[in-house]
Amino acid sequence: MSELVIDVTGIVKKFSGRTVVDRLSLKVRRGEIFGFLGPNGSGKTTFIRMLCGLLTPDAGEGKCLGYNILKDQNIIRRHAGYMTQKFSFYEDLTVRENLDFIARIYDVPDRKKSIIETMEKLNFSSRANQLAGSLSGGWKQRLALAACLLHKPELLLLDEPTAGVDPKARREFWDEVHKLASEENMTVLITTHYMDEAERCTRLAYIAYGKLLAEGTLAEVISSSGLYTWSVSAPQKELPAMIRKLQADKAVLQAAPFGNTLHVSGTDKSATENAIKTVCAGVQELSVEEIESGLEDVFIHLMDKGKDNFQ
Amino acid sequence: MMDLFSFKRFFAVILKEFIQMRRDRMTFAMMAGIPVMQLLLFGYAINSNPKNLPAAVVSADHGTFSRSIIAAMQNSEYFRFSYKVDSAEEAEQLMKEGELQFVVHIPPDFSRQLIRGERPQLLLEADASDPAAVSYAVSAFSSLASTALNRDLKGTLSDLRQNEAPFEPVIHRKFNPEINTQANTVPALMGVILTMTMVFITALAITREKERGTMENLLATPLKPTEVMAGKIVPYIAIGIVQVTLVLLLAEFLFKLHVNGSILLLYFVSIFFIATNLSVGITFSSLAKNQLQAVQMSVFFFLPSIILSGFMFPFRGMPEWAQAIGSVLPLTHYLVIIRGIMLKGNGFAEIQSHFTAILIFFAAVLVLGILRYRRTLD
Repeated sequence: MSELVIDVTGIVKKFSGRTVVDRLSLKVRRGEIFGFLGPNGSGKTTFIRMLCGLLTPDAGEGKCLGYNILKDQNIIRRHAGYMTQKFSFYEDLTVRENLDFIARIYDVPDRKKSIIETMEKLNFSSRANQLAGSLSGGWKQRLALAACLLHKPELLLLDEPTAGVDPKARREFWDEVHKLASEENMTVLITTHYMDEAERCTRLAYIAYGKLLAEGTLAEVISSSGLYTWSVSAPQKELPAMIRKLQADKAVLQAAPFGNTLHVSGTDKSATENAIKTVCAGVQELSVEEIESGLEDVFIHLMDKGKDNFQ
Repeated sequence: MMDLFSFKRFFAVILKEFIQMRRDRMTFAMMAGIPVMQLLLFGYAINSNPKNLPAAVVSADHGTFSRSIIAAMQNSEYFRFSYKVDSAEEAEQLMKEGELQFVVHIPPDFSRQLIRGERPQLLLEADASDPAAVSYAVSAFSSLASTALNRDLKGTLSDLRQNEAPFEPVIHRKFNPEINTQANTVPALMGVILTMTMVFITALAITREKERGTMENLLATPLKPTEVMAGKIVPYIAIGIVQVTLVLLLAEFLFKLHVNGSILLLYFVSIFFIATNLSVGITFSSLAKNQLQAVQMSVFFFLPSIILSGFMFPFRGMPEWAQAIGSVLPLTHYLVIIRGIMLKGNGFAEIQSHFTAILIFFAAVLVLGILRYRRTLD
């Protein structure tokens, strides 16, 4: 199974002269849960909107679900499910009425039955007649997911689906996404800011300033960054001064406090180790240990690097 | 504790309001545009003493006297003899269509009877469905009877100038003999109510989806612009029909106004008029960025509709430019149609030209609306 569901190259989008997506190429295979990461305003939403025909790219070409993204936007709309960043269903309709509206638009066969099935699948049955506006954030997001699933899309485009949702609801949401990918062979492209969520994706891409900076599995992204990280624990009163000194050192790319420890990262292994040794000299109750770089360390590194390239 | 009113906080609010006002260019433009429009329309277009009203002569007597009387009427500036009619039937038809406000009937023996001092009758038929439009002209006609022929009555005929007027002006107020203002206002209100509610309701329809973010969702579905527009128009047509029925019932039971023509025709035309207003609203909706702008655009449409359509002031009494603008607006034509059906008992033949005008407006707005509704967020 290596059929490409998304296969686009050189996608460019400009808004009044500002390049928001810059020659982006991406390949996503069927059944993947593809995490799309990047800082705010990096072009993630714009890219997703171009995939489902809401925006027209200024340059580039490619296929989504085998259809030309420039010409076959109507067919793509029929086979993809897009969940917007902001809740975009009718707050003055009930859960069932919202689902019914969407089901009719997509001309879902056996409408009544599939609405009931979808509601059962997402545990909505007891809330069927509740107004969408009165649902909590987590339930609103489940309703949006339910509405996206009604027409049995082959591709789900989820734009920050878990922003502002509590950890338990997020966990359940992700369980659902994994079930869809494994049981129904659905392909999922999901944008997020949460690192724990990024770790649940089968593959990742990181974009900043409209450019693709890294791509691959979690391990690939981390190892390709060439970033080494140490955990330094020291008495709390020593930490601010240590951070200041570390950040002044060119070899140290990041020095950030995590509770009572510091995470110090750099790409030049020996230079960074030396910097840590210099700074730690004379500090009591010290322990330094090399750890595996976290995704967050890698992404912050990528972001800084991206900015350098951009400016 | 002197923290009741802080000028710093107060000033912060003022400053913020001005910044937001400056950003919303449309609101800014409307704040200047609406007073200017009101002033121009009320100041120049309105004339409560309407002159130059369209009139025609059905003459069976082509003598000097007839010509003098017509000339005198024309000189009074109240009458404008712009139509040449060949028969009384043709004149009546034109009056039903709302093209003619007055018809002067000169009987066959007019000159002879006048010379003999028999004081022949001169009939002025007036379309009194709008009483305000004709009242000044009618009194001008009556007073002109005694002076119109002064120059012609010379020599032996000068006796006729002595006592009463040499002919007897008879006025026949058609379609509304009791000069009942309600007969004019109530049918017209139907048009005004429909314009107001229908345009406003739909003007908010798409902007609301934009503001609440549901538009993005609609755009991502296979829905087509025509489907969205039609789907948003049809439910309100039903509401409009309910409104028409309500006005008709109230007219019947409160104002004792009967529909003289076909009710079916009235509903048929009303459906198109409702749809026209709805499509105006939808088009505003697709142009406006937010609900406030949509409301402002609706006001911009509603105001001239009320003032220039002949609802508040006699249409024929307005200057040419105002009539030209007015005859583009659907309400103008609907008023002629609705008054025609209710008061004059008009059939389709008499209202056809006005109905076509509404249809043309409808088609134009619909095309604009569909072109403006974007399928993408570009």
